[in-house]
Amino acid sequence: MRYSLLSVLGQALRGQRDWKPQWRDAAPKAEYDAVIVGGGGHGLATAYYLAKEHGITNVAVLEKSHVGSGNVGRNTTIVRSNYGLAGNIPFYERSMKLWEGLEQDINYNAMVSQRGVLNLYHSDAQRDAYARRGNAMRMAGIDAELLDREGVRGIVPFIDFDNARFPVKGGLLQRRGGTVRHDAVAWGYARAASDRGVDIVQNCAVTGIRRENGRVVGVETSRGFIRARKVALSVAGSTSLLASMADLRLPIESHVLQAFVSEGVKPFIDTVMTFGAGHFYVSQSDKGGLVFGGDIDGYNSYAQRGNLATIEDVMEGGMALWPGLGRLRLLRHWGGIMDMSMDGSPIIDRTPIDGLYLNAGWCYGGFKATPAAGFCFAHLIARDTSHEDAAAYRLGRFATGHLIDEKGMGAQPNLH
Amino acid sequence: MRIRCPHCGPRDNGEFSYLGDAAPIRPDGMEAQPVAMHDYVYLRDNPAGPHRELWYHGAGCRSWLVVDRDTRTHEITGVSSARDVALSRRTGEVA
Repeated sequence: MRYSLLSVLGQALRGQRDWKPQWRDAAPKAEYDAVIVGGGGHGLATAYYLAKEHGITNVAVLEKSHVGSGNVGRNTTIVRSNYGLAGNIPFYERSMKLWEGLEQDINYNAMVSQRGVLNLYHSDAQRDAYARRGNAMRMAGIDAELLDREGVRGIVPFIDFDNARFPVKGGLLQRRGGTVRHDAVAWGYARAASDRGVDIVQNCAVTGIRRENGRVVGVETSRGFIRARKVALSVAGSTSLLASMADLRLPIESHVLQAFVSEGVKPFIDTVMTFGAGHFYVSQSDKGGLVFGGDIDGYNSYAQRGNLATIEDVMEGGMALWPGLGRLRLLRHWGGIMDMSMDGSPIIDRTPIDGLYLNAGWCYGGFKATPAAGFCFAHLIARDTSHEDAAAYRLGRFATGHLIDEKGMGAQPNLH
Repeated sequence: MRIRCPHCGPRDNGEFSYLGDAAPIRPDGMEAQPVAMHDYVYLRDNPAGPHRELWYHGAGCRSWLVVDRDTRTHEITGVSSARDVALSRRTGEVA
């Protein structure tokens, strides 16, 4: 069923009785051309673009729980393309452009809101770094504006500009950045992929990767063996566990990242703002809750929950920037498991095993990448060559020294 | 999460910094092969379950510690001084 103003009005007149399920909850077939492991945003987007761009529709997406139960529903919904390194710039800009056309493309209201992303700076050195990043963006045709203090004051007048330790000196603004309703991204891609013939199989955990003569032939699952010529892993957080089923060791550690939502309040902030002197980012959801987060906890974890030391650190960052937050009550918080790679950048590549493809290492920036990751991963699976926008995201770059270290932290995953 | 520091007793994890997996051993000297260095610097087992890892008690005794912790539950089953672990490795004893 196509969604439109007419369909909404028609259903209203009929008492909302005739809405159909948005996608088929498929049972697994015995064999597919390609199996995508992981029914999150990236896996579902990959299936959609495999069908749409490459005409490959004999595809299953296997999800161990329900669609959207992992990191696509656990992030802070921010989208942006304000990167500074050559390997990242074209990829994230492709993602931004796909976000801009997403709702029309998949006929689904994903609440794409280009409310701007404002990164604050607090020192001369940080201003220089932001000017450089903004210039790198503009040279690639991406919008960026370097704001002085008064420019920032016009957007967020309520923050503590004269903080004794971290006075706000200005900011780097990307107006096209913003937020997207994260669950709707998973649901919208699931519906669009299912409409094109993709099987979305829920409650189907992969327990093994079967190989014959060094080549993948299928996956063992909790619902039986599924034969496939190509198996694509898109399971951020659990990548090392799945890869170990194929005897691969990866440059990835799993870490927990916590996020927070306050009680709902009236419109308070109409952009996405990040604190440059600590790690704190905040926006306001349409329900009114302030959505915010900070650093990962910093130790290996598969627990999907974190510790109070990090919560305290995030709150201190928030209060240093925006004392007005102090009277808000925290409504809920949660954790997600991040694929922290060794240079802070992702991997979209083939593996040493024929027929096994890898989309991993998204650190805590995977949500904004969802459309482009799906687009480029589908290209790789269909054609066996990297898409030009993701050409730098190779698994072998750690051995050859072609790292993409946006933060310059070195091989220390908990610092990226 | 509290870490029972052998010198300071049980302390909040906010006092500690994390380095990572304690298992990788740096390949020795100028003879180290690039493949071995790549494995040491970049590749990790990243298990879901028991994990032996290095923590630094920066806001306490400033000792490096080897902590046995379950990555699924954050339960800590053992803490020892990294110095003792390194010395026993050198003498061939089990830490």
